Amino acid sequence: MSRSYDRALTVFSPDGHLFQVGAQCNVLAAQCSGLNRCWCIRSNTPWKRSVCAGKDVVVLGVEKKSVLQLQDPRTVRKVAMLDDHICLAFAGLTADGRVLIDKARIECQSHRLTVEDPVTVEYITRHIAGIQQRYTQSGGVRPFGISTLIVGFDPHDTRPRLYQTEPGGIYSEWKANAIGRSSKTVREFLEKNHKDEMSREETIKLTVKSLLEVVQTGAKNIEITVMESYGKITSLDLAQIEAIVAEIEREKEAEAERKRSRLAATAAGQAAMSQAAGGSGQ
Amino acid sequence: MDISFALTGKGYVIVAADTTAARSIVKMKVDEDKIKVLSPHLLMATDNDLTVGDTVQFAEYIERNIRLYHIRNTYALRPPSAASWIRRSLADSLRSRRPYAVNLLVGGYDTSTHTPHLYWIDYLGTMSEVPFAAHGYGAYFALSLLDRYHDPEASVEEGLVTLRRCLDEVAKRLVVTPEKYKVKIVDKDGVREVEI
Repeated sequence: MSRSYDRALTVFSPDGHLFQVGAQCNVLAAQCSGLNRCWCIRSNTPWKRSVCAGKDVVVLGVEKKSVLQLQDPRTVRKVAMLDDHICLAFAGLTADGRVLIDKARIECQSHRLTVEDPVTVEYITRHIAGIQQRYTQSGGVRPFGISTLIVGFDPHDTRPRLYQTEPGGIYSEWKANAIGRSSKTVREFLEKNHKDEMSREETIKLTVKSLLEVVQTGAKNIEITVMESYGKITSLDLAQIEAIVAEIEREKEAEAERKRSRLAATAAGQAAMSQAAGGSGQ
Repeated sequence: MDISFALTGKGYVIVAADTTAARSIVKMKVDEDKIKVLSPHLLMATDNDLTVGDTVQFAEYIERNIRLYHIRNTYALRPPSAASWIRRSLADSLRSRRPYAVNLLVGGYDTSTHTPHLYWIDYLGTMSEVPFAAHGYGAYFALSLLDRYHDPEASVEEGLVTLRRCLDEVAKRLVVTPEKYKVKIVDKDGVREVEI
């Protein structure tokens, strides 16, 4: 039945849905091999605005698509800088992402030119969501097939911010979130493990940990971007990520070891008990 | 009445501009910064003899576009390309209904070839790469001095001494002398401001 309603994207189905927009959202949710995943964790202390900016941090983690042997890895970028203080990561159609990123970058500079102030994270998010919405409502165009995570710091503020936008033009603020393939698993993991006051190291570690929940290939395919204060953006290099991954694996190993020994202890206890019970039965 | 100088040396460009903002015969401000930092290794001194608002408007337009290029491409435009683009913008503007009347000195350090570059651009869209340059009344007094004392192999200290000579000459001979100059240097480490 949907057939007759997904020709033009601005035609509603009887139950009030825009099929093309829904389809773009489904593309994002689907287990499509062309999609990348990214998630992001914000650590902030809202009631302690005066803490030094270094403590408040926002970490963006992305699974890099494995680069082909002869491909130049530098040309496959998942995290884009929109302005000195704002980064964007997206999941979905990379080609659409490029266009949207360019529009956002122009708006960042245009905003500076007209009001002599850098954009706030919410402003640029609203702008991006606005563009995405517009492409669901006008004729002759198709919606942007991407969800984005936008992170950054507002000027003269120490609070890190994290926003998400969706193809339909919805935007929302988060403490930690994931988009892309198997984002639900990661979001559930984050819901369980996210704490409000995390240090830089804790935040990075949680990001890597959540990535490792669904990324099989380990450190090589992980990209971590850390933003610590206004305009202070660093990407972790492979060695640093490997160190964190190794640490997490060590912890997991130790945990498993403890579990094993505990199991062994209970098993031994049970055996002893059953032996004792058997003994008394004789 | 604006005065700006620039000179190259061994691995650096010094750009100096007075800090007065005046309208007619009245000084409005004496701490105006007329040297814009366009990218980590690029400076632009603006000079507004004709229409004051143009300078700011044009400089900000250039600044934002150079920055946009930098963000889009990860690397900033190199000085020769940036200067060509700026000249082109000015030339296009000249042929529009209301052109910008701005004189410029564009100085930069090319981090790929490790060479300093200095471009003299006037409001008609003339551009030339020069070892030293001046705009405004200062040019009448300083160019001969620079002909005599400029040394492309000079150290920063020697370059600043040569600049000092120019400023002193202007102070000695020009009827209305700017009281303060802002001096910025661009070299391999980027842009920094110096007191003179």
